[in-house]
Amino acid sequence: MWRDALLVAGKDLRIELRAKVALGQVAPFAVVVLLLFGLALGPAVGSGSVLFAAAAGLFWVTVLLATVLAVQRSFALESVDGASDGLRMSGLDPAGIFVGKAAAIASQLLLLEVLLAAVASVLFDRHLAGWAILAASAVAATVGLVALGTIYGVVSIGSRQRETLLPLLFFPMAAPVLLAATKAWDAALADAPGHALGWLDVLLVFAVAYVAIGTVAFGPLLEDA
Amino acid sequence: MTPVISLHEAVSLSDRFPLLAGVTLEVAPGEVVHLRGANGAGKSSLLRACAGLEQVVSGKAVVLGHDLTVDRQSVRRQVGLLAHSTFLYDDLTVEHNVRFAVRASRSGDDAVGATLAQLGLDGRLRETPVRRLSAGQRRRVALAVLVARRPRLWLLDEPHAGLDADGRDMLDDLVGRARDAGATVLVASHELERASAISDRTVTVAGGRILAVAPVAPVAAERPATLVVTHPLAAPRSPGSPGSPGSPGAPDASDASDAPDASDAPGETAGAPGATRDEATGATGAPVRAGAGRDVA
Repeated sequence: MWRDALLVAGKDLRIELRAKVALGQVAPFAVVVLLLFGLALGPAVGSGSVLFAAAAGLFWVTVLLATVLAVQRSFALESVDGASDGLRMSGLDPAGIFVGKAAAIASQLLLLEVLLAAVASVLFDRHLAGWAILAASAVAATVGLVALGTIYGVVSIGSRQRETLLPLLFFPMAAPVLLAATKAWDAALADAPGHALGWLDVLLVFAVAYVAIGTVAFGPLLEDA
Repeated sequence: MTPVISLHEAVSLSDRFPLLAGVTLEVAPGEVVHLRGANGAGKSSLLRACAGLEQVVSGKAVVLGHDLTVDRQSVRRQVGLLAHSTFLYDDLTVEHNVRFAVRASRSGDDAVGATLAQLGLDGRLRETPVRRLSAGQRRRVALAVLVARRPRLWLLDEPHAGLDADGRDMLDDLVGRARDAGATVLVASHELERASAISDRTVTVAGGRILAVAPVAPVAAERPATLVVTHPLAAPRSPGSPGSPGSPGAPDASDASDAPDASDAPGETAGAPGATRDEATGATGAPVRAGAGRDVA
């Protein structure tokens, strides 16, 4: 499985390096969303501002939106010229395909989150404290979101309504991850690591659960796509 | 000898629409079989079922020893499918597309360079993203993927389509080499002359069933200009004969869409007793007739 996962992740990242969709479209989109939050809820002056208080939540909502775009892009690749049939004919382990596609999306999103955190810190006037917990919860939340997105991404391959179907399926199920990630970051930024660790545990549970479900369910879902 | 493909009354559905309506067919190792039939007859569905892409919901379907009614996935690594779609990634180069497919099938990518050169895809083309290629060049890349994977079973769906004259000759040569190397080949094609010339046997498909099976005589294959083409509905039939109207499983003569048209169905198909290509050439390969859904070859 791991060999197949590496092969698929390498293929998807190679395509991204050539097409630069994440760099040229997803990242600018996410930065614009943060800017719009700033315009709508600003200005960010001192700890009493709405932006200061909502910074973590706005950051993770932006990540959620970017995740949908990244997942849609990843599976759009498999919708062109029968590529999904090619993927099925390849003989790759479906679990390996799932892990590989999820890993490629996650690596792009983690880089995007670094950029967005820097932008949000400036726009929302929040000093990034508690780096270790911020990073750990970001990784756990990203794994959970991407695993869930990859499960629904393969469902949407064969659908004519895939642009709207994916967010409709994805957002409700991603809500617990959004909530836990926001709480973990809020606690970390408020210098309350004990509270943050509790939410980090929740994130880990969802990440493990969604990865496990995806590993098992991806094959049958790909067959039906 | 264990057949590479063994189908018995195989049925495949798309929703409720029958793609295969009881196909019975056996293909021996190293055999090249030409599938022919009108558009929508079920040729592509038969190839996709053999590739494990379409589910066989009833009947028996064993390909390369894998029971497709139980497990459709295990066979895929040993099967190469050249379909209407190329299965290529537009943003990857020619070489990366081929290497990805070969590594995925665990075939070993040491022969990728030679395969690309063999198909005229070396030099600058090798590093060109597939999105910049013409349709014919994309077809060559898809063919390169198939060749480099070294499958035991080749499933070719209209393989000559989109290729130039050199490409068509090269394809025929590749099929010959594959057969010499022990591979089995199923070719669905409307190009009767070319397909017959590289085939050992012709199978006529109509309405999702096997209508007739006939050997291709070498002389006939070499002299396609002497073919006698007879419309299948024009020739007299004896009542109750296999493949005739009213016989079990025979296609309804009133359903013209299921019957091969004149350009696609030489006389050895049902409804044209004895009117084979061999009549014209004097070759001895007598047709083996089959009732619908029966392979009696």
